[in-house]
Amino acid sequence: MSCSLLGCGVDDDRVFEMGDYEGAMARWCPGCGDHSVLTAVEKLLTAEQLRPENTVFVSGIGCSSRFPHYLKTFGFHGLHGRALPVATGVKLNRPELDVFVVMGDGDCTSIGAGHWLHAVRYNMNLTALLLDNNIYGLTKMQTSPTTPQGFRSNTQPTGSYLPALNPIQATLGITNASFVAQTAEWIPAHLYATIEAAYRHKGFAFVRILQRCPVFTPLIYAEAVRRPDMVELLVHEDGVQVPSLEATYKNRITHDPLDLDGARRLAEMSDRIRLGVFFRDESRPRYEELRRVASRSAEEKVTLLNQELDRYAV
Amino acid sequence: MATTEAGLRESPGTAMAPAAPTPVRVDVHTVEVVSDAGEGAQKCGQIFGSVSAKMGNGVWTVEIIPAEIQPPPRNAEGASGNRIRIGSREVTNWGDETDLMVAFNEQVLLGRHHLGAIGENAIILMEDMWATHADGDIRTAWAEAMAELSEASYRIVLVPMEEQCLTVVDNARKGKNMFALGMLAWIYDRDVERIKEEIAFQFRKKSQEIYDRNVELLELGYRWAAEHLDFRFEVPATTDETAKVVMNGNQAAALGAVAAGMELAAMYPITPATSVSHHLGEVFETYGGIVHQAEDEIAAVGVAIGASWAGKVAFTITSGPGLALKTEFLGLAAMTETPLVLLDVQRGGPSTGLPTKVEQSDLLAAMYGQTGDAPHVVMAAATIEECFHAMITARRIAETFRMVVMVLTDANLATGVQPFPRPDPSTAWQGAPVDLSAPPEGLRPYDWDARTGLSRRFVPGMVGGAHTATGLAHDERSKVAYDAATVQRSHAMRSRKLAVFQQTLRPPKVYGPAQGDLLVVGWGSTKGAIEEAVDRARAAGLGVSSLHLTFLSPLQPGLKEIFLRFGRVMTVEINYSDEPDDPFITPENRRYGQLALLLRAQTLVDVDCWTRVLGEPLRPGAILRAMQAKLTRGGAA
Repeated sequence: MSCSLLGCGVDDDRVFEMGDYEGAMARWCPGCGDHSVLTAVEKLLTAEQLRPENTVFVSGIGCSSRFPHYLKTFGFHGLHGRALPVATGVKLNRPELDVFVVMGDGDCTSIGAGHWLHAVRYNMNLTALLLDNNIYGLTKMQTSPTTPQGFRSNTQPTGSYLPALNPIQATLGITNASFVAQTAEWIPAHLYATIEAAYRHKGFAFVRILQRCPVFTPLIYAEAVRRPDMVELLVHEDGVQVPSLEATYKNRITHDPLDLDGARRLAEMSDRIRLGVFFRDESRPRYEELRRVASRSAEEKVTLLNQELDRYAV
Repeated sequence: MATTEAGLRESPGTAMAPAAPTPVRVDVHTVEVVSDAGEGAQKCGQIFGSVSAKMGNGVWTVEIIPAEIQPPPRNAEGASGNRIRIGSREVTNWGDETDLMVAFNEQVLLGRHHLGAIGENAIILMEDMWATHADGDIRTAWAEAMAELSEASYRIVLVPMEEQCLTVVDNARKGKNMFALGMLAWIYDRDVERIKEEIAFQFRKKSQEIYDRNVELLELGYRWAAEHLDFRFEVPATTDETAKVVMNGNQAAALGAVAAGMELAAMYPITPATSVSHHLGEVFETYGGIVHQAEDEIAAVGVAIGASWAGKVAFTITSGPGLALKTEFLGLAAMTETPLVLLDVQRGGPSTGLPTKVEQSDLLAAMYGQTGDAPHVVMAAATIEECFHAMITARRIAETFRMVVMVLTDANLATGVQPFPRPDPSTAWQGAPVDLSAPPEGLRPYDWDARTGLSRRFVPGMVGGAHTATGLAHDERSKVAYDAATVQRSHAMRSRKLAVFQQTLRPPKVYGPAQGDLLVVGWGSTKGAIEEAVDRARAAGLGVSSLHLTFLSPLQPGLKEIFLRFGRVMTVEINYSDEPDDPFITPENRRYGQLALLLRAQTLVDVDCWTRVLGEPLRPGAILRAMQAKLTRGGAA
């Protein structure tokens, strides 16, 4: 919506530089994957020239949930696990806003897992980023649902007992999922292209970003970082294609994002780390559009209410 | 000793109908219709109440509801139906005991009998089919029940409801309620045409055939009563010309939310609050509103907070267990100063408690359920009319003070039906549209006015307003701040708003003389019963007055001054408190009623309490006895 329509009297020919989106100095540890995501997001905001006042970042609690503070858009840094309900409310009331949701793995896949399932099903036009470093960082190294089996933490010192939850597999299993992608913080070009595709998708775009925590999980993807052959890129013209990566990442598979069965098969395979768009279908119903109602003026409401009261008249 | 009679005026077969009995004139009468769930006693009672209201009687109806949808049939605990109290003047509560009862089987009647719901000399119109039922167990149960009931002094009139209804329909279970309604229509001389209009409305989604059958049954009941009964009652109507509407508290709250201009209700199903969203669901979209049924109670309040933060004030609807789940988010709303209206339709607790029954047990949870200091407003509706207006007031306070406002009602108001003056909606009730104009240069998102704590709300869309709202301690810029001075100041600013709001309130009005021997203080749905008890006490020469509080947080001003004009002060509440003379209970360890505790803390007056948790509204007669006891014993504490 253009600013002049809102009558705010601000010159709408503003051009935003990357610095216009920078908020407070990020206080994450040096080497934290969150920095890469923040940079990719600032780049996207600049490329799309999103108006800071019409852009909202909603987060939960955890290291990654400090994200909105480091941007100069609107932000809502709420409760652990509850970013999605807040984002749902923002979008329901103000569908014209661009709403991003930033969650950690504990946030999204553990304490907030119920909301995750339902947000996918609502399929509102939100860009949801799961910053997944496989560990609780802010509370100092507790096992998260995505912690690799056997990984030693402060809560499971002999090693994580259970197989790690696979968020891509889980999301692909939810009715009405419309965009499911995976990327990695150590491949900035892929990270950017994936977030961009997610932003442009009409519907609930779920992006799992594989990250290292430099303090607690520095080694989880160390080998994959060194050996591009451990990574396989899913490529398709409707998904993510980054030609500049082709020289380095030779394992590529053409995967049509509309192929849900194929996506589920790929998500279940554990021989390689697969990055790209697993599934994408813009034809899925979007909750905010299903619920869109014509607004009424205050006078119309009074007239309608008087008619309604007639029904109850003595 | 109860009397049991079959047809009273043996008339069938005679050409001339016997002379109708002269109606007994009464000021107020209480009627109950009880059946197994699913037999329609509630519909019968609702129509009787609604038509009585339309004929100019004061009316209060209460649903008698089992917790299950279809409890086992012929079960004393499964009684389902309505109590309808009609009067010549305004009726403000459900009264004491029933004067006239229609029972579809002896077990549901027994259930009401065990609860002491039936008046000493009540007339009971009872289905007689069970006496001769093919099932021997049923015949035995009937005989045992009748033996027990015969100990009481009721007048039981056996009515062949089943037999009569079978002359019209194949399944009498689906028609007895209209037959009963016909009997009541004759006994109380109700306007049959109005009843037919109500039936047409109730069955508007059904076929003409169904309407016709129901009317036939209605007329059959009416005729049967005219031919057989030897009593009638007249409850003269008042000639009040004020335009009125009649609805229950949940309908009133739903329409109040509409009148308040709110456009998003986020909820999760919970008894007895859910029907607010049913009533909204029917109409809200025509007003541009959305009822969002969230995945859980936590999400419901989260969605409401997100929506409120981004624009117009939203609200969430819940009851006790849901309130408990929402507490973390309520603290977040307080911390981020996000306006929010929460409607808590209280039920019995703790835990799942008594989902369909009334209690006033959420007061302290509502006030103090959040961790840390989370100042917010708590108000309670005392009447069905107030359920409507409270939503408008709550929205305005929430917006003006950037605060959470909790409106407490309860199961009694939720399902009680009462006529009240028709609201005259105004656009002013809806509040101004959200102001998205750019904030003045230099204004910060929490630029607290140092005296009042008030600040302008920054909403997405405001150029230059971008900031991150946070549940972490923060300063005026909404920047995370843990330094001592900022933490202390921001706490003070959030709290100050409550004091400023309190300054806008007036002292509550005393019901009765401004001084005396005993002041009874109440809140919420007990108002009508308390005031009726005060009237009776004063008629008996006791120096009793009462005070009813709308605002619990902050408390209205002037309370201590009012209290000191009375010899004794006692709250009357539907929540648990220790009895002073119970084992182990001492003045030191006695747990008080929730309002009493607040009043003692806030006024340093020795406020006593009389509270009961009976799973039903308080009866004025019981309150009167508590007043008498307090005055004669000098009170417990």
